[in-house]
Amino acid sequence: MIFKGRAFLFGDDIDTDAIIPARYLNTSDPEELKKHCMEDADPEFYSMLNKGDIIVAGKNFGCGSSREHAPIAIKAAGVSCVIASSFARIFFRNSFNMGLPIFESDEASGEISQGDVVEVDASSGIITDLTTGKQYESKPIPPFMQKLIEDGGLIEHIRKTGGI
Amino acid sequence: MGMTLAEKILAAHTDTQEFKPGDIIKVNVDVALANDITAPVAIQAFKASGLNRVADTGKVVFVLDHFTPNKDIASANQCKMVRDFAREQKITNFFDGGEVGVEHALLPEKGLVLPGDFIIGADSHTCTYGALGAFATGVGSTDLAAAILTGQAWIKVPSTMKFTFNGTLQPWVGGKDLILYLIGDIGVDGGLYHVLEIDGPAVSSLDLSNRLTMSNMAIEAGAKAGIIPADEKTEAYVKVRARRPYTLYESDPDAAYVSRKEYDCANIEPQVAFPHLPENSRGISEVGEVRIDQVVIGSCTNGRIEDLRIAARIMDGRKVARGLRCIVLPATPEIFRNAEDEGLIKIFLDAGAIIGPPTCGPCLGGHMGILARGEKALATTNRNFVGRMGDPKSEVYLSGPAIAAASAITGKISSPQEVLS
Repeated sequence: MIFKGRAFLFGDDIDTDAIIPARYLNTSDPEELKKHCMEDADPEFYSMLNKGDIIVAGKNFGCGSSREHAPIAIKAAGVSCVIASSFARIFFRNSFNMGLPIFESDEASGEISQGDVVEVDASSGIITDLTTGKQYESKPIPPFMQKLIEDGGLIEHIRKTGGI
Repeated sequence: MGMTLAEKILAAHTDTQEFKPGDIIKVNVDVALANDITAPVAIQAFKASGLNRVADTGKVVFVLDHFTPNKDIASANQCKMVRDFAREQKITNFFDGGEVGVEHALLPEKGLVLPGDFIIGADSHTCTYGALGAFATGVGSTDLAAAILTGQAWIKVPSTMKFTFNGTLQPWVGGKDLILYLIGDIGVDGGLYHVLEIDGPAVSSLDLSNRLTMSNMAIEAGAKAGIIPADEKTEAYVKVRARRPYTLYESDPDAAYVSRKEYDCANIEPQVAFPHLPENSRGISEVGEVRIDQVVIGSCTNGRIEDLRIAARIMDGRKVARGLRCIVLPATPEIFRNAEDEGLIKIFLDAGAIIGPPTCGPCLGGHMGILARGEKALATTNRNFVGRMGDPKSEVYLSGPAIAAASAITGKISSPQEVLS
């Protein structure tokens, strides 16, 4: 699978309250949540976003609360994948369990500029900045987590295998 | 090679014979917890599985504590969905209405989480139970649904970082100050993917309430768990509450730690974390003049009876500063009742504070104390992210109950000494 879109840059420690503020958590409807995606980090984000665009962030993306509403909002908004220098652990799990593709690369996170067109090959983990021509390798994904993605998330995995 | 406390708990809950940090293993879950925000998403995932079976209803706990008493129609509908599911699946550990307490204050109090347990909760502050010598970690709703369906969770085996607090605590310093100091030192991702094992004479001198405060904020350093080895105080706390067996583990002397750090409590004064990250902590003497509009005393971090006693001691016979709103939320019905019996509620009311029901409410900007644009609050809660308590242009400062109570009296962030002298 290839993802291609414009890069939207965010800094370090983007927390889940910035991704989807708790004031909107009285629903879990993706169509509602997506309208407020990244609202407290960049109020213009959702209105500027085209389907397939990519979030490129610094370290510890998704820190804070365990709310799965965060990856749900990002996915529903039309973001194809998230690249960050590192991810907070609950957000990391949630993304695999929910089927939001995420990639860890310190270099890509540091070098990609706002608005660059970026392509990510999900199977090889290779990130290409088409604007600059530079390529980056993302951190390999453990086999168990690759299996989760292949099966279509954790619940589908349980359905197929009868357990975790 | 010896094992850490965390590794021993994992070994007791998995069929995998040998494992090392970084391995992904399947673990049997003792308790699976969710609240009125995360349970609805878990229930949807549960239903989508088509399996329609709860592995063990006795291990599931639901607490409707975040947007309750329901703040609007949408949150009422979310609670109803959880209520219907709990009834349908015969989940007995379901806390609703007058039985609701803030989940991480409620579960230890009820003896539902015990030393040696492996606990997951669809709430990031599930790590609180590490203070009982349990392995407790926050997960998302899908993980929770999977645990309800299978009784298991997958986990990447973490390495352990060790933190030892030596020396004697300075006046008005409690668990909140020690953990804010630690987070200030290592940063909000300083413990990412790791277990924090916290010990030392200063930690041993703390009661369970203060230890729960410390473990509660392990996630604010990015950690998977924050474990304090169980001792005689832990045992005294759990033995009157437990209704099932439990196991006290300790790390082997030759256990492998990824890092070790020692702090001298002689150097730790009461702490305040500045906006907008818990790592922005500094000693009260370095705070300067910060005027505030609101004080919140409550939450899973500092809403226990011991916290209310400290606050009441400072507020007794004094008045909340004019123009400041001081909101006190006892974290559980039992804490509320004890606060009433001990005369603390009267002290707060006489001081001009607002007393609210047990709820997470303002901590996450849900309800019962939302900030307007440009306002500043000091809270005994655990997060001060942008917009956490209301308007994205408001600010939250974090502290323990002593500084919070003193600041409610003066109207600016203040040391208790300033009020009592």
